[in-house]
Amino acid sequence: MTRLGWIRFGIVGGAIVLLELMCRFGVIGRRVLIPPSDMAVQLWNLLRSGRINNDLSETLLNVAASIALAVAVGFAVGSVIHALPRVRRAIEPFLASYYALPFFAFYPVFIVLFGIGRMPIIVIGFLFGVVAMVIATFNGFDRIPRALVRTARAYRMGPVETALKIKLPYAAPFLFTGVKLAVAYSFIGVIAAEFILASSGLGYSIAYAFNNFDNRTMYALMLLVIVLVTVVNALLHVGEARLMRRRGL
Amino acid sequence: MKSPHMRVVPADVHAQLAGVTRVYPAADGGPGVHALGPVDLSLRRGEFYAVIGPSGCGKSTLLDVLSGLSPPTTGEVVFEGKPVGRTVPDGIGIVFQEDASFPWLTVRDNIAFGLRQGGVDGAEIDRRTDYALAFMGLRDFARAYPPQLSGGMRQRVCIARTLVMQPRLILLDEPFGALDAQTRLIMGDELLRLWRETKATVMLITHALDEAAMLSDRIGVMSARPGLILAEIETGWSRDRDSTIASDPAFGAITSRLWSLLRAESIKAVGGSARS
Ligand SMILES: Nc1ncnc2c1ncn2[C@@H]1O[C@H](COP(=O)(O)OP(=O)(O)OP(=O)(O)O)[C@@H](O)[C@H]1O
Ligand SMILES: [Mg+2]
Repeated sequence: MTRLGWIRFGIVGGAIVLLELMCRFGVIGRRVLIPPSDMAVQLWNLLRSGRINNDLSETLLNVAASIALAVAVGFAVGSVIHALPRVRRAIEPFLASYYALPFFAFYPVFIVLFGIGRMPIIVIGFLFGVVAMVIATFNGFDRIPRALVRTARAYRMGPVETALKIKLPYAAPFLFTGVKLAVAYSFIGVIAAEFILASSGLGYSIAYAFNNFDNRTMYALMLLVIVLVTVVNALLHVGEARLMRRRGL
Repeated sequence: MKSPHMRVVPADVHAQLAGVTRVYPAADGGPGVHALGPVDLSLRRGEFYAVIGPSGCGKSTLLDVLSGLSPPTTGEVVFEGKPVGRTVPDGIGIVFQEDASFPWLTVRDNIAFGLRQGGVDGAEIDRRTDYALAFMGLRDFARAYPPQLSGGMRQRVCIARTLVMQPRLILLDEPFGALDAQTRLIMGDELLRLWRETKATVMLITHALDEAAMLSDRIGVMSARPGLILAEIETGWSRDRDSTIASDPAFGAITSRLWSLLRAESIKAVGGSARS
């Protein structure tokens, strides 16, 4: 690990130890927060008991579906609009202010449109992620050298083939930023939607534990969410670093 | 626009421009940039034709129009007896002035790209790719990625990628610009060898007088923008020439002829851009 890596490790480790001590010595009350070590033990027990298996797989499926949709639709829409500069100029302000919308205020609309169950949750996760992917596609495509597109024409490739075989691979490192954001936003969207719209899933289970004063389960599930997001991001980071190294970026 | 003399194309004419101009439209609907022409040009089948002219005179534009990459504003383009439309006809290979290597593919996959695209079978792809790697001196770099190569090597990857397609008309836009003088001479000889072997027609855009004088059968000399063909010079070299003709007295005569034609145009090109 690099020096900086050790420093970061120290910051996180130190914060956990500090929290643990404050909980153990009563600085923070039991009803507010349980010690991190208890969270870990409780999580371990929960996972072993199998009680949260369904909720966990449900949430992971919802997140995976929204990420896949956000990335695929975001790339497709982004590449089409990128080819239409006028349309792009017209809608760019909307995209830029998109994340200012408080989506969750509209949750009744989602229920009316998509019913309850899995659909509205995936749709919210998707809506959170898709615009980040569109914007990343614009950024990536803006960097494609003219000579590459002309090469595609010299090989008589059509617009779709050019997008998939030339533009997509060229822009991949820049699209990766969009994928990372789509992943983060989809997680946020899905878990938050499960709080208010669902009757299963991790978000729902956290809310349920909270409503039943079950602090230990609630914190264990929060820890699980943090671990999940951290692992997914670490994997993405490794993939991105590999892509960038090969391209000399 | 169809001019009457276009109807009869002699059998040995491979590609032809008749009354071709190109005006780049201005974004604000203004008069635009008149980049080229009117140009009349016939490439004979199997000849090595060089185009030389001052910077910004419309050489790359000429290549674009000839290959179907951009439409002429007026005039007509014909390749192998058929009018060239909005797509690049089969049989034309292009090497662009800018680096067009694919950074996400290895050198080998870069070279094989067009063949895979064209659905050539695997064994044949390997055979042609191996040959091109050796020919371009890239064998040791087959598994490298373009960002790991020098600019000159990347340009050789692009040349190889075009040559494996075995085009009947090869258009090269200053392909040796990124190379040092010695490598340029060697690459020039290799290009001549390839041209003899494949019997392809070659149009080479360059701004190096010696390169044009040494390699070509004919040289089209262009004026400052809007580019016109001021003169066409026959070199009279035999087909099995190579860079040693640089010591031939005729070589000196051709280069000084080229320079006397180009001197005034080059001053115009520089002065014009300094003023505007
Ligand atoms: N896409 C374009 N839009 C507008 N103007 C253009 C465009 N491409 C070229 N031009 C203009 O047309 C003129 C000729 O350009 P071109 O690239 O054909 O010159 P060139 O002879 O190839 O120059 P060089 O020797 O520097 O490569 C230049 O004045 C250039 O600014
Ligand atoms: Mg040029």
